[in-house]
Amino acid sequence: MEVLKINDLHVSVDETPIIKGISITINKGEIHAIMGRNGAGKSTLANVVMGHPAYEITSGDIVFLGKPLDDYEVYERARSGMFLSFQYPPSIPGVQVGNFLKKSVASVRDQQLKAREFRKELNAAMEQLEMDKSFLSRYVNDGFSGGEKKRLETLQMLLLKPQLALLDETDSGLDIDALRVVSKGINEIAKDSGCLVITHYQRLLDLVKPDYVHAMIDGKIVMTGGPELALKLEENGYDWLEA
Amino acid sequence: MSEQAHEAVGDYRYGFHDPEQATIRFDKGLSEQVVRDISELKNEPEWMTEIRVKAYHHFIERPMPKWGNCNMLDSINFENVTYFLRSSNKTEKDWDDVPEDIKNTFERLGIPEAEQKWLGGVTAQYESEAVYHSIREDLEQQGVLFFDMDTGLKEHPEIVKKYFCSVVPYTDNKFAALNTAVWSGGSFIYVPKNVHVEMPVQAYFRINAKNMGQFERTLIIADEGSSIHYVEGCTAPTYSTDSLHSAVVELIAMDNAKIRYSTVQNWSANVYNLVTKRGIAHANSVIEWVDGNIGSKLTMKYPSVILKGEGAHAEVISVAYAGEGQHQDAGAKVHHLAPRTTSNILSKSISKNGGRSSYRGMLQVTPKAEGCRSKIVCDALMLDDSSRSDTYPTMEVGNSTADLEHEASVSKISGDQLFYLMSRGFSEEEAMGMIVNGFFEPFTRELPMEYAVELNKLLELEMEGSIG
Ligand SMILES: Nc1ncnc2c1ncn2[C@@H]1O[C@H](COP(=O)(O)OP(=O)(O)OP(=O)(O)O)[C@@H](O)[C@H]1O
Ligand SMILES: [Mg+2]
Repeated sequence: MEVLKINDLHVSVDETPIIKGISITINKGEIHAIMGRNGAGKSTLANVVMGHPAYEITSGDIVFLGKPLDDYEVYERARSGMFLSFQYPPSIPGVQVGNFLKKSVASVRDQQLKAREFRKELNAAMEQLEMDKSFLSRYVNDGFSGGEKKRLETLQMLLLKPQLALLDETDSGLDIDALRVVSKGINEIAKDSGCLVITHYQRLLDLVKPDYVHAMIDGKIVMTGGPELALKLEENGYDWLEA
Repeated sequence: MSEQAHEAVGDYRYGFHDPEQATIRFDKGLSEQVVRDISELKNEPEWMTEIRVKAYHHFIERPMPKWGNCNMLDSINFENVTYFLRSSNKTEKDWDDVPEDIKNTFERLGIPEAEQKWLGGVTAQYESEAVYHSIREDLEQQGVLFFDMDTGLKEHPEIVKKYFCSVVPYTDNKFAALNTAVWSGGSFIYVPKNVHVEMPVQAYFRINAKNMGQFERTLIIADEGSSIHYVEGCTAPTYSTDSLHSAVVELIAMDNAKIRYSTVQNWSANVYNLVTKRGIAHANSVIEWVDGNIGSKLTMKYPSVILKGEGAHAEVISVAYAGEGQHQDAGAKVHHLAPRTTSNILSKSISKNGGRSSYRGMLQVTPKAEGCRSKIVCDALMLDDSSRSDTYPTMEVGNSTADLEHEASVSKISGDQLFYLMSRGFSEEEAMGMIVNGFFEPFTRELPMEYAVELNKLLELEMEGSIG
């Protein structure tokens, strides 16, 4: 089943082209990795798929679960099973993590949750990610360390059980143990969904094995391969692709 | 005495305090005679009548404040105010007169019908009088005196005489003078030495209409080593046809005592809410004002604390929400008069749809206040470009050992926050509601649960229709 199909996508910010013709198809159960230099447009791609209002699609289209996304609001995308793990999750002062998670899960699943069932799910997911209960009463991402933010992103993914997971540098800032538990979480979700993993490092791809690796340069995918491409990029960088 | 007043005195014998029977209403406008009539009608001691009369003259002579919102203040027509009015069948309004938007808000907040009518001013008294009595019985067993102010004056004139106007003299400001001249209702509380009142005392007007005066007067005395938390107000919109509300609250915390006074007010948009709140804190005592202003046309309110005894502490946490046509001029005043006194002020405001909120603060440190500490934080959140937020902090520092901090910030809701929340399944309005509630959270978490829940719901409703 095709979860995400991007057709010759062009995207601009304030009239400046950033994505310059990208096509990717992600099927259920597949993990795609995107690698590329800083500023290549990786986050832009993930944000555009999620519906960020700052970006203008100048041509091409995005089809999610068989539906063109043009007119869908960000929250509608979320509610129909799309999830973005942010590269830089913003803090929401005054909003407690526990409350936030409960409301978020309720609105994405479109049903009131039984308090006890939600607790159970939450406890299990937090245990899996080795997160302390004290996180629940903290404010969302407020004063979180880099790694803590990424854990919270992963926790949300586990609870929301998306059909498409866009993971933007979820591994950055994680310590070795955290990388292990977070990867386990990603693999679990990836079994039943499409997964787009943006990363700079092979160490994640050792744990989350991609079916495809895409090399992105200046808003274009210049090469697609298997896991071996990631190893090659790690070794040689991106220059040879530009030749 | 006016004819109405005569009639009223006639009724008095049959139970002035039973609103079902009382029908007392003065004509609009104010004169010395009206002030004397009010006092006589209440059978007050001579000294109270005299204070009222003096306060009346001061009110007449005192010019309007030259700050706040002069245009709005100048548009108050004092001739058009009824200065004394008791709940009665005849003064009840028709449910049809209550504006639709307020009725809708009641519905959306899920307020029971009986209470809706009460809040809308349609019925004079709310049914839970029984609750009020049971609270009072508990308090009585601890020796706590808790009355409406009129009864307090009757039952304990010696205490009232000692403290009335001792914290807020009628010469303090024009509206304190007005209140002193015509006050009615409010609460009187005396907590004996070393008594701790565990439950917040909610003498708020949902329980008893007597407290919902235009000119309430409240006096709370916490004797040495005692503590009390008093809660007044209501998060649901309170519809009032009386456009001028001018209360005075006086708190006295004796040595080692603690008073927390929490208020949430949401007057309808026609109301001028001009309130003087002040406490005196003796040695090692604590006075905390937790003050939320959501409604009204113009609010001018600066809860203040005089830190008179060594080691006393003041805490003022306030929020204001200014929507279309509203001006919330709020803040705090703290006077450090003694050594090692401390204060924390946190003020948060939200402006939306052209609303205006101002922080007006006064921090005074006298030469005697050796080693005192104060921290002031003012945060303003603006929801659109047509709104306005200002800060007017004043500091008078007479002792160089004082450790003072002042932070102020003005922010907007960030696109990143909205995008993040929307990517988690929240609509834009829901996302705004969450951010706004989060912004007020340091205030909300200080409130008793039911207030907190209602305030959050209310702000979420306010965010509806704000997009697009
Ligand atoms: N909202 C925006 N406004 C202006 N420029 C933007 C915006 N978003 C992205 N850009 C620009 O587009 C380019 C691609 O940015 P993007 O964040 O997608 O890079 P990236 O591949 O994710 O890089 P990194 O590896 O550093 O995260 C950059 O030059 C960036 O400055
Ligand atoms: Mg990026």
